[in-house]
Amino acid sequence: MRRRQFLTISGGTIGGLLVYSLDGKAFRIPAEDKPLRIPLRFFDEEEALIVAAATERIFPSDETGPGAKEAGVVIFIDRQLAGPYGRDRYRYTQRPFESGSPDLGYQGENSPGQVYREGLKQLKGFDQLEPIKQDEKLREIESTYFFFLLRRHTIEGMFCDPMHGGNVGLIGWQMIGFPGPRMSNRDDVAKHFGEAFRPEPASLFQVTGIKVAPMEE
Amino acid sequence: MKTLPGVDVLILGGGWTGLLMAKELGSRTPLSIVVLERGPGHNPDDYPKEMDELDGAIRKRSGIKVQDCSKETATLRRSESERALPLRELGLLIPGTGVGGAGEHWGATSYRMMPECFEVLSKTVEKYGAKRLPEGHSIQDWGVKYDEMEPFYTRAEALMGISGKAGNIRGTLIEGGNIFEGWRSGEYPTPPTTTPYFSSLFGEAVKSLGYHPFPAPVATLSKAYTNPDGVSRPGCTYCGYCNMYGCMIGAKAQPTSLLLPVIKRHKNISIRTGIWVRRILRESPAGQGRIRGITYTDATGQEFFQPAELVVLATWTLNNARLLLLSGIGEPYNVKTGEGNIGRCLTADFKFAAARVWMGKPLNRFIGSAPTGVSIGDFDGGVLDNTNLPFLRGGMLRALNSGYQPIATFGSVPRSVKGTWGAEWKKAAVDLYDYMGDVRYDGEFFAYKSNYMDLDPTYKDVYGDPLIRLTIDWGDNERRMAEFASAKGAEVARVMGAKEIIPFKGLGHFDANPYVVTQLRGGTIMGKSPDSSVVNPYLQHWQAPNLFVLGGSVIPYAPTARPTLTLLTLTIRTADAVIDRYLKNPGPLA
Repeated sequence: MRRRQFLTISGGTIGGLLVYSLDGKAFRIPAEDKPLRIPLRFFDEEEALIVAAATERIFPSDETGPGAKEAGVVIFIDRQLAGPYGRDRYRYTQRPFESGSPDLGYQGENSPGQVYREGLKQLKGFDQLEPIKQDEKLREIESTYFFFLLRRHTIEGMFCDPMHGGNVGLIGWQMIGFPGPRMSNRDDVAKHFGEAFRPEPASLFQVTGIKVAPMEE
Repeated sequence: MKTLPGVDVLILGGGWTGLLMAKELGSRTPLSIVVLERGPGHNPDDYPKEMDELDGAIRKRSGIKVQDCSKETATLRRSESERALPLRELGLLIPGTGVGGAGEHWGATSYRMMPECFEVLSKTVEKYGAKRLPEGHSIQDWGVKYDEMEPFYTRAEALMGISGKAGNIRGTLIEGGNIFEGWRSGEYPTPPTTTPYFSSLFGEAVKSLGYHPFPAPVATLSKAYTNPDGVSRPGCTYCGYCNMYGCMIGAKAQPTSLLLPVIKRHKNISIRTGIWVRRILRESPAGQGRIRGITYTDATGQEFFQPAELVVLATWTLNNARLLLLSGIGEPYNVKTGEGNIGRCLTADFKFAAARVWMGKPLNRFIGSAPTGVSIGDFDGGVLDNTNLPFLRGGMLRALNSGYQPIATFGSVPRSVKGTWGAEWKKAAVDLYDYMGDVRYDGEFFAYKSNYMDLDPTYKDVYGDPLIRLTIDWGDNERRMAEFASAKGAEVARVMGAKEIIPFKGLGHFDANPYVVTQLRGGTIMGKSPDSSVVNPYLQHWQAPNLFVLGGSVIPYAPTARPTLTLLTLTIRTADAVIDRYLKNPGPLA
């Protein structure tokens, strides 16, 4: 059994202190300032720091709004890779593994978890680089399946329900005006034509009051 | 192997058609009926808890709601010269599993097929001559005509409570409905759903161009409705969690909310879950004559022989063909000689964004309902005059308000934006997120001699049986139709006032790209003659009269309309034929 690994991050980062606007409206996400020690399920600390830095370059926090760091994307990816998805529980993994046209979908033998483990070896020390160097490094691996997954998982971690560990404080949904699983839009479907209608985002738990176990748990 | 007590009717597959057959036969006769389903049971009360995009639409609740790919999948190649590789993840195909099947997560689009579709070969030859038919085509008439289908369409629509606006009631054309549709005996059971903003922009634009917009007919109720079975469902709330989700309130017609309540009232129907059907067995070992039953493996790995008087094969397109091939029932299609029919005429949905557009105003596109929107039938097959066009038949342009969710739709940006990650991309993707929409096209996909299914020589399922192999590619007719559709889509988009337009990139080769969900058709097609079809017009196997085949596998090519409503319509027609004729005299119905 592996030694327990933790990712230590400043609480002021997760959730973000960033003030940003949504259709002209200002938001402030409250956050605690003390350091958080988050237990890791798949990555070791070094890997987690690299993934945190890389996803932050893919989806940076800037004047447009918060990014991968504030949304907790690395936590999301860590949980996914430790779960059935990351272990290929539902993928057809019978041999032979043959390469073919990309049109036929991913044909590799490695599970998403293994793809990360291999891919991260190419990014040793990535989190120590200047942002410009980091972008250069990512451009070098842009056409790999590892980067394809990294980008896709970054978007997933930005906009998933927070029960999966990403989209902390619903900041991803706030940023794009997605309200989450809203039970009824019946009174609004024929209204607001041409105007932004932005109900306050709410998570599945906030809406239903039911603690749902996500598939990775 | 243990032999179980015999049953009157054995239905393989607990999806839309299998459960509808169970309901019809079970509520109208005293026959003992057993439905076998590979997946688990589902409880619609759980559906509100499943309104989570990641586990729902993205991971698809693999193994619970959709087929567990680790156990079985299909292989794909585009031509004889390519090596077929397994579809290792769900994406191209989203086969349902569990009671209700894909009917639980379907999109609920419910157009009738156009009258000409049922006679596609003879009508095309009549209009344009046999010389215009694309090379290597294998289209043929279905053996049933629209006029015979109409009363059954009416019953299927009443069952589901389809919301829509009629455009042709007994020959009287009605503005606001689809004036090009086949005649209908009456208005839709419920009025159309409300048209959200983006679709209404599309509707205004096409109207100003002289086309005839109409609200898409949907199996999601616009208002509360009680069907002839006494099953009541509420109206849609436009929450947008439809495609890849069970409807949290049952406004969408889904087998668990529509058919199970009736099935549960009838003690002569039972459903066994966790059942993996292995083979269909005939009475004589030489493969001749009637079916005597099937073998299956249950969840504990034990094997059983289940005898039955009547067997209904309703295991979805791929498994219908595969089970017949594995069981040696009927002659497999031979692409070199053209002989044999099992596996022939494989087709799929032919649909794409004719124009991706970015509008100048926010669209509030989280509001919606999977199939809700506006369509035009002006270019549909049989409506469009193909005399001076480089292709035959046609399709529909439409705009939908499916209820967009962010993981699947975030990140698409106009061509002027550089890159697919980083600050510039992020800014554009965030700023434009709620401004994007698609002018969609759904077209007809011809059947071709070179598109078919057979058993894969290499890859096996979890029990060691060969996977089904799909050999399928687009033809030039589809490629040219796609060019026409993209030009029309861009024209409409400009009139809609789109700020940015990305026209369709053109049709290359058939691909397994994830997020391109498709429905397959063919493999056990219906037809007028045993020489060119697997089942007769009552969906009865030509050589085994006590075997009926239901579902997308019987459809001989892919018309514009999605198949589900027509499959339910054909199922009701078969149920009537079984009850009124077959049970009195069990033999060939045609």
